[in-house]
Amino acid sequence: METTTDNWNEVMAKSREALPAQILNYIAAVMEGPEPHSQLISVLHRVQGHFGWLGTEQIDAVAQLMRIPQAKVTGVATFYHFFRLKPRGKFMVHVCLGTACYVKGASEIAERFKEELGVDFGETSKDGMFSLENSRCLGTCGLAPVVMIDEEVHGKVKPEQVRALLDTYRTKAREG
Amino acid sequence: MDTTINLTIDEKRVSVPAGTTILEAAEGCGVRIPRLCYHPDLSLMGSCRVCVVDVKDIGFYMAACSSPVWEGMVVQTNSPHIRQARRDIVELLLDNHPKECQICERDGNCELQNLAYDLGVRERLFEGERKRFPLEVSGRSVIRDSEKCVLCGRCYRVCAEVQGVHNLSQHGRGFTTVVTPAHGADMDDSVCIQCGQCINVCPTAAFLEKKHSDQVWAAIADPTIHVIAQTAPSIRAAIGEGFGLPPGTPATGKMISALRLLGFDAVVDTDFGADLTIVEESHELLKRLENGGPLPMITSCSPGWISFMEKFYPQLIPHASTCRSPMGMASVLLKTYYAEKTEKDPKKIFVVSIMPCVAKKFEAQRPEHFTPDGTPYTDAVLTTREAIWMIKSYGIQFADLPNGQFDSPLRIATGAGDIFGTTGGVMEATLRTASELLTGKPAEKLEFTEVRAVEGLRELEIPIGDRVLNVGVANGLHNARELLDKIVSGEKHFDVVEVMACPGGCIGGGGQPYPPIGMKVLDPELLRLRASALYEIDGGKQLRRSHENPSIKILYDEFLGEIGGPKAHELLHTEYSAKKPRGI
Repeated sequence: METTTDNWNEVMAKSREALPAQILNYIAAVMEGPEPHSQLISVLHRVQGHFGWLGTEQIDAVAQLMRIPQAKVTGVATFYHFFRLKPRGKFMVHVCLGTACYVKGASEIAERFKEELGVDFGETSKDGMFSLENSRCLGTCGLAPVVMIDEEVHGKVKPEQVRALLDTYRTKAREG
Repeated sequence: MDTTINLTIDEKRVSVPAGTTILEAAEGCGVRIPRLCYHPDLSLMGSCRVCVVDVKDIGFYMAACSSPVWEGMVVQTNSPHIRQARRDIVELLLDNHPKECQICERDGNCELQNLAYDLGVRERLFEGERKRFPLEVSGRSVIRDSEKCVLCGRCYRVCAEVQGVHNLSQHGRGFTTVVTPAHGADMDDSVCIQCGQCINVCPTAAFLEKKHSDQVWAAIADPTIHVIAQTAPSIRAAIGEGFGLPPGTPATGKMISALRLLGFDAVVDTDFGADLTIVEESHELLKRLENGGPLPMITSCSPGWISFMEKFYPQLIPHASTCRSPMGMASVLLKTYYAEKTEKDPKKIFVVSIMPCVAKKFEAQRPEHFTPDGTPYTDAVLTTREAIWMIKSYGIQFADLPNGQFDSPLRIATGAGDIFGTTGGVMEATLRTASELLTGKPAEKLEFTEVRAVEGLRELEIPIGDRVLNVGVANGLHNARELLDKIVSGEKHFDVVEVMACPGGCIGGGGQPYPPIGMKVLDPELLRLRASALYEIDGGKQLRRSHENPSIKILYDEFLGEIGGPKAHELLHTEYSAKKPRGI
C-alpha cells in the first residue's frame, strides 16, 4: 500500500520525542497489559511527575501512544484538580483559605501574595519562580493563617511578612 | 437471557424482558416519561434527571432512562411531587441558560423549550450567576454556543459512538464544565470532520451550522449578480417536512418553485453533477481494475468522509476516487460551461448549493475547489434547514406550489443521480454504469436492490458479466471504520467501497430538518421514509443510468471532450492530503 501521503511515522516520532524514555517504556508496558486505557491517569501522573505539568505536546503524545482520543485525555486532565495544564514555578505557594485561616485574615495574605507575584491563583509568576495556589485546610489550624511553600509550613503569617518570605526563597534559588 | 420481569407501572401490571429500563417499559404502557439527555441509539448517561420516577420503597427518585426494571418493582411515573421535581430540574437548567428563546435558532423546535412548556414552567423564580463562555464561530461548518449547552452529552456520544470521531468531550468540572474538542481547540483545528451530527442530536442550540443565509440574501438582492441554486438529491426527500408534508414526500417540483419565488435567477439539479460523477468515477474504476489498482476505489462524494480519511486514515488516500463531489462538479460547470453557454461573466455568477450536509460548507471553502483566480466555485452552502426558514420568511406557501422545472443545461438527471442521497445509492448508480462498461454491452440488470438497506454496513459480492465485484457500503463512520480497518490490514479484498459519513447517508445529513414531533433524531423509520422518496423518484424516471443522460453526452461533446480526458481531469477531479491533528 502506498504511504506517501500518510503522516503516521511523523506523528509517532513527534509523540516519542515529547516524552522521556522511562515514560515511553511505562506506556509500552501498560499497552501490553490488560485494560491499558484504565492506566491513563497513572500515565498522566508520571508525565506530570517528570515535567511538573501536562503540556499540549505531552498530552497529545500520551493520546497517540495509548490510542486514546485526545479529547478524552484532555477531558480527564482538566477534570482532576491535581493535574496542572500550565507550567509550574520553581516553588509552589499554597495559601490556606480554610475556615480557621480565613477568620485569621488569610484573604489579606492571599491578596498580598497576588500583588507581590503579579498573578492570580492557579498562575505562575513571570520569572517562573512561584506558582500560587489556594488550599482548603492544611491541617495546622493552630498556626493560622498558614502558608505552605513546597514542603515547608509557615504559620501565623502577617501580610507585611509576605515579601520577606518570598525573598528567602529567591535567595535560596540563587544560591542553588 | 429471555427472562421476563413482572412489575407494576402506574398500577398496571406489565411483563417485560429482563434488562428493559423503566423508561422503555413505561413507553410500552402508553406513558412517555419526559426526558432530555436520553437518546435510544446512544449509550445511557442519566445526567439530566428529567425522567425521574417514584419507585416504591426506594428513598429517592430514580432516573427511568438508566434504571433496569426488577421483579416486583412498583413504579409511579406521575404524581404532583414527581411533576414538581421534574419542573424544578428543568427550571434549574433554565436558570443557567440564556434567556433569548425568541432570537434563538432553535426557537420552536428546542427540546428544552418544549420540555419547559410541557412541564408547566410559566414563570422564572431565580436570577443568579450563569455560566459564561465565548461563542466559537470560527468553524467553517459547525459553530458552538456553550452557554446554551445543558451537558446532556448527546453530542459527544454521537461523535464517538455513531461517528467514531471522538472529537468532543466534557472539559473541566462543576460550574465551568464545557464540551469542547481536545485542548479547547476551535472546531476546524480539531479532529472534527464537520458532519454536523452534534447539531442534529443537540436538544438546544449549543451546536449549529455556520450560517450562509446572509450572503445569499445579499446576492439575491443584487441585480448585477446571477444567483443560481443547485439542490442536492436528498433535499427533495426532506424539505417537505419543514412545511408539514409527511416525511418521505418527494417535493422536487415544489422545491424548485419555492426557490424561484425566493429570487434565485436559476435553479439547477445537483443530480446532474451526480450523473457526471458516476460517468467519471466508473471510468476511473475501470482504469483501476485494468491497471491493477489501487483497489478498492472508495467514493469521494461525502465531504465528512473525506475529512475523516484525511485525519484518521490518510494511508487510504490513494484509494479515494479523485472525482470531485456532485456539488463540486456542478459548481465548476456553472462557472465554466454554463457561463459560456449563457454568455455570462463567471465573476458575476453566485452559486448557492442547497445541501443536506454541514460539511459541504467546509468542502466549498477548500482551496482545491477554488477557481484559478482564487475564489470558490461554490459561493455559499445552505443546509436544508436554512433553505426551509428562508422560504418561510417569505411567506411562501410551499405545499400549495405548482411543480417547477430545473434550468438547462443542468436540468436533466437520471434516477441514478437521485438515489445518490441515500446509503447504497452511489454504489447502485456506479454498478448501473460500470456493469455496462465492464461487459461492453447494455446490462439487463437495472436495480441492484441488494445494496439498498438502512443498516450501517454491508459487504456484498455482485456478479457482473463473468466476474464478481467485491463491494462494501458503509454509513456512519463508526461502521465505516470496521470496513476501513479490513482494507488497511488487507484482511479482505474489495473492488469498490462507498462511504457516507452520516447515518443513512445524506438523507440523515447534519443539515437535514430536525425530526418532526414523535420521531427521534436518526430515527431509522424517518431515514427509511426519506430513502423511499428517492427510490420513488428514481423508479418514475425513464432515464435511470447516468451514462444515458443525454445532457451529459452533449456536455462531453460540446465542452469536456473525452471521459476521463485532460479537460475532464482538470475540471472535475481533485486531490487530498493527510491533515492534522491526526485522529485516533
